[in-house]
Amino acid sequence: MNNLRRNVLKGAGSAGVVSVAVMAGLLKPGMALANWNKAGFESKDMGGAMGAVGGGGAAASGDIEVKAPDIAENGAVVPVEITSKIAGTSRIAIVADKNSLPLIADFNFSNGAEGFVSTRIKMGATSNVVAVVHAGGKAYKAQKEVKVTIGGCGG
Amino acid sequence: MRIRAGMQGDVAEVKCLMNHVMETGLRKDAKTGAVVPAHHITNVTAKMNGKVVLDAQWGGGVSKNPYLAFRVKGAKVGDEFEVSWTDNKGATEGGKAKVA
Repeated sequence: MNNLRRNVLKGAGSAGVVSVAVMAGLLKPGMALANWNKAGFESKDMGGAMGAVGGGGAAASGDIEVKAPDIAENGAVVPVEITSKIAGTSRIAIVADKNSLPLIADFNFSNGAEGFVSTRIKMGATSNVVAVVHAGGKAYKAQKEVKVTIGGCGG
Repeated sequence: MRIRAGMQGDVAEVKCLMNHVMETGLRKDAKTGAVVPAHHITNVTAKMNGKVVLDAQWGGGVSKNPYLAFRVKGAKVGDEFEVSWTDNKGATEGGKAKVA
């Protein structure tokens, strides 16, 4: 991995190009990840994160349940459970709008998997946990606010 | 990885507990002040009897030692689930469980 980094640095030419590449995260390890939404996961704003999971124009839906605590004493471990009752749910993405990197996870379902996922996430500050659901070629969303007393992103 | 699968009606619920530091790449070491490089799971795949049922991409925002649960309709006792992850450094780990 270090050799690769050197080569990239050598090949990059001017210092300006290098710093742009570093800022864009191009020099991090794991460059060869084929199936990873790099732009989405490295997006620092909510708009970029939502756009990266096709949630930009998502319609609010009452058929999505976002279960999370009202108050999280420890932002490092916030249990989140998303249940979509929308028929044909094929994808659920989880976004926390005040996190430094808002996009947290993106789940695709197939072969009988239901529109349900339960996990634990980090939250840097009090904010909404947003679920973006894809079903039948359309995007929907729902959210729940979680008050965080101690942030968990260590920033 | 710890993995367990059980039936709830005609739906199997699979629960997994993975061991991983899940470093975001934003955290600073308390002593040195240096940024701790990103080191987190990027991809998680779950298969039931060899067929993919869940294909996920993760960032560093999933908590350390991740917990994941998902549900699959039409499963039955004896069906085998296999869950595996890959991280941004190329490490990988998996586990299997039969529906009990």
